[in-house]
Amino acid sequence: MFNFFEPNKIFKITSRAPKYVLFLFIIVLSIGLVEALILSPEDYKQSHVVRIMYVHVPSAWISLGIFSSITFLSISGFVFKNKNFFLISKSLAPSGFVFNIIALVTGAIWGKPTWGTWWAWDARITSMLILALFYAMYLISWRIYEDKEKVFKITTFITILGIVNVPIIKYSVDWWNTLHQPASINILSKSSIHSSMLLPLMLMTAAFALFSLLIFLVKYNTELIKIKNRGLDRL
Amino acid sequence: MYGSKVKLRFLFIVILLITLILTIFLILKSLEENVVYFQSPTEIKLLSELKDNKIRVGGMVKKDSISINANEVRFIITDFKNEINVIYTGSVPNLFAEEKGVVAEGILKDRSVFLATKILAKHDENYMPPEVKAALEEK
Repeated sequence: MFNFFEPNKIFKITSRAPKYVLFLFIIVLSIGLVEALILSPEDYKQSHVVRIMYVHVPSAWISLGIFSSITFLSISGFVFKNKNFFLISKSLAPSGFVFNIIALVTGAIWGKPTWGTWWAWDARITSMLILALFYAMYLISWRIYEDKEKVFKITTFITILGIVNVPIIKYSVDWWNTLHQPASINILSKSSIHSSMLLPLMLMTAAFALFSLLIFLVKYNTELIKIKNRGLDRL
Repeated sequence: MYGSKVKLRFLFIVILLITLILTIFLILKSLEENVVYFQSPTEIKLLSELKDNKIRVGGMVKKDSISINANEVRFIITDFKNEINVIYTGSVPNLFAEEKGVVAEGILKDRSVFLATKILAKHDENYMPPEVKAALEEK
C-alpha cells in the first residue's frame, strides 16, 4: 500500500496543483459570497442574521470531515506502517482546526442576536469545543516530539480518542435537549431549509473545501521538500 | 496477505475503539441529567423533590400566554402535555415570541411556577424566506 511511494513523483503533481486550486477557490468563493450575502433571501424569523449560517455550517462540516479523515489516515498509517499517511494527516490538520474555531466563533456571533447569549454549555457546543481541543493536542504533539515513531503513535492515539467525540457532535442535538437546533439538512429525508438558501450553503461548503485543499497542498509540499532536503528519495 | 504485526496493530486499534466507545457511552448515560441543557415541563412535573439550585426549563411559549406589565413578563412554557408558568423580569431576546421555542433559566418556586433569571430564545431547524412562510400560512 504505497509503501514505496516516491516523493519526487508526487511532488511534481502537488507542486503544480495549488495555483489551479487557488483559481478555482477564488471563483467558487466569489459566487458563493454573492449568493450568500446579496442574492439569497433573508430568513422569515431571523432576517439577515441567517447569513452567518453560510460560514458557520460549512466550517463545522469541514472541521468534522477533516478530523474523520486524519483519524482514518492515522489508523491506516499505524496499522500498515505507512509514513506518507501521517504526513497527509499532519498537512490536513491545520485547516480543520481553523475551521473548527471559525465554527465556534461564528456560532457565538449568531447566538447573541438569536438566542440571547454568546455561549451555552449545551451538548453540541461543548462537544465542538472538545473537538477543537483535540485538534490543538494533535497539532501540538507534532511540535513536541522529535522522534517520528513516537509522534506517529501519539497522534494516532489522539485521533482515536477524538473520533469518539465526532458522532457525539453529530447526534448530540437528537439525543439530548440542546439549545442548538437539530440538523436542517438530512440526506435521507427532506431538508427543512429552503432551496434558495441551500444553494449558497453548498457553494460556501465547496469554497471552504477548496481552501482546505489549498492549505493542505501547500503544507504537504513543505513536508515533501523537507524529505528531499534530507537527501532521501523515499520515505 | 499481511504480516501478523499488521493484524495485531489492527486488533489493538479495534479493541481501543470499542473500549473507548463503551466507556464514553457509560459516562454519558450516567450523566444524562447534566448533559441535557434544559428539562421539559413534563420532566419538572415528575421531579421527585424540588431543589433550590438553578435549572433550565425549555419548550414552546403557549399561544396567547405572554402578558407584560411594567417590567415583568409572564408566560407559559408548554411541551403540549404539561405546562409551567414563568415569571421573569428583564429584557427578552428578539426571537422570543408565542408558539416559538424558549429556554428559561432560574429556580422553581413550586411545581407550576418558575422564577426565571434569564430567557433564551430557541431557534428551530427551519430556514425559509418570508414569502415562503407567508405562502405556507395561507395554506
